[in-house]
Amino acid sequence: MEAENIVRAKDVRKVYTMGKMILEALKGIDLTIRRGEYISIMGPSGSGKSTLFNMIGGLDQPSDGKVYIDEVDVAQLDAYELAWLRCRKIGYIFQTFNLIPVMTALENVTLPMIFAGVPTDEGIERGVELLDLVGLGDRVQHKPLELSGGQQQRVAIARALANDPAIVLADEPTGNLDLKTGKEIITLLKALNKDKGVTIISATHDLKMLDASDRIVWIRDGTIERIEDRADLHLQVGVVEGEEG
Amino acid sequence: MRIGGVFVEVGTSSKIPQEGVGRQLNLPLAEAVKISLRSLKIRFWRSIITGAGIFLGIAFLLSVVTSSYITSALDPEDESVVGAAQKWLIVISILVCTIGITNSMLMSVTERYKEIGTMKCLGALNRFVVKMFLLESSFLGLFGSITGALVGCLSMTLLRLMSDGMDVIRLYPWIPVLQWMVYAVVLGLILSVVGAIYPAYQAAKMMPAEAMRVEV
Repeated sequence: MEAENIVRAKDVRKVYTMGKMILEALKGIDLTIRRGEYISIMGPSGSGKSTLFNMIGGLDQPSDGKVYIDEVDVAQLDAYELAWLRCRKIGYIFQTFNLIPVMTALENVTLPMIFAGVPTDEGIERGVELLDLVGLGDRVQHKPLELSGGQQQRVAIARALANDPAIVLADEPTGNLDLKTGKEIITLLKALNKDKGVTIISATHDLKMLDASDRIVWIRDGTIERIEDRADLHLQVGVVEGEEG
Repeated sequence: MRIGGVFVEVGTSSKIPQEGVGRQLNLPLAEAVKISLRSLKIRFWRSIITGAGIFLGIAFLLSVVTSSYITSALDPEDESVVGAAQKWLIVISILVCTIGITNSMLMSVTERYKEIGTMKCLGALNRFVVKMFLLESSFLGLFGSITGALVGCLSMTLLRLMSDGMDVIRLYPWIPVLQWMVYAVVLGLILSVVGAIYPAYQAAKMMPAEAMRVEV
């Protein structure tokens, strides 16, 4: 079962209704992501990146179309299976970190393990190892507000890895970080992808992500504009930069 | 930062299958009790403030009730006149306490919408979220209303003792006051649980993306 499709979106649409306004955030997205890929979903803000991210992660329901994770239709899952999927199969990283503010770094990292039924001692041991891995071995007992943005995002990465997920979904992981910290986070994600074969799907408008990605999906106005392989990209970097600038 | 081939593997017990989809565990009640107590403890001061809201409501109710029964006990002839005014006072104090408690519970849960959304992303079941808030609010409700009932009753008794002398003890309306203590604790508990469960249930049944978007 190698190299199969881990995520498949089929004609995914999402419509938000705000009073009488109807906003079509996604207008029919078809996308296939293979196991072990590092994918960046690029696009300006408001293009539907985050909406697509939420659909792929089973965090929101498409208005129309289907999302398959490991060839299982997410819409067909019951509450228990969906929770299992979010707990074990997918790790989430958010632009705003979304750590639980009253909990220490370690408590934040062990929370998904509690939901997975991992015994407390084992959870703490693994939590410390994961925090050590992201370079926060000495900040285990700190609360999120006592940490810098980059450190908070690293706690979030450690938390995303808690139950050894097959997919890490990162929504603008570098969006709230400075250049250098952003680069470190990208390096960390890339290392995960390479060493552990974790599929990384990242919504971003950070061009630094391009270099780490295997494929780049460009989104504009709720549709896929084009999909590029990194191999092709090298020839086009100048063009790309020019376009964005 | 340490990157590279040092990724940690956990024992086989929690090793996940790479294919297909499993079913999330329904955490046992004991685990939920543990988590909710821990959750109250880690936001200790916030819990104290919410608890104080319940405490004040119930203490106010009980002091009004105690005072009115003492007045009736000291002056049985006047009962018809005083009674109407006292009943009115009790009704008002029940209303004040209802609104106070529901408000503090609603606030304490709505400010945690984002947290509920995040917990759902991390694999919490809806029913676990509801169960956790049910337990948290019952602990808070019980603690707040028992202390509130005791303090409200005792302080009013002391006040009346100072103004009306030892007659208060001699003619003390034990039975109705004790009855009202029980009513007040039950009321406090129900209000705290209802005030917390309604928003918690709303948040728990949302898709995580929606719950995390809610700004309070």
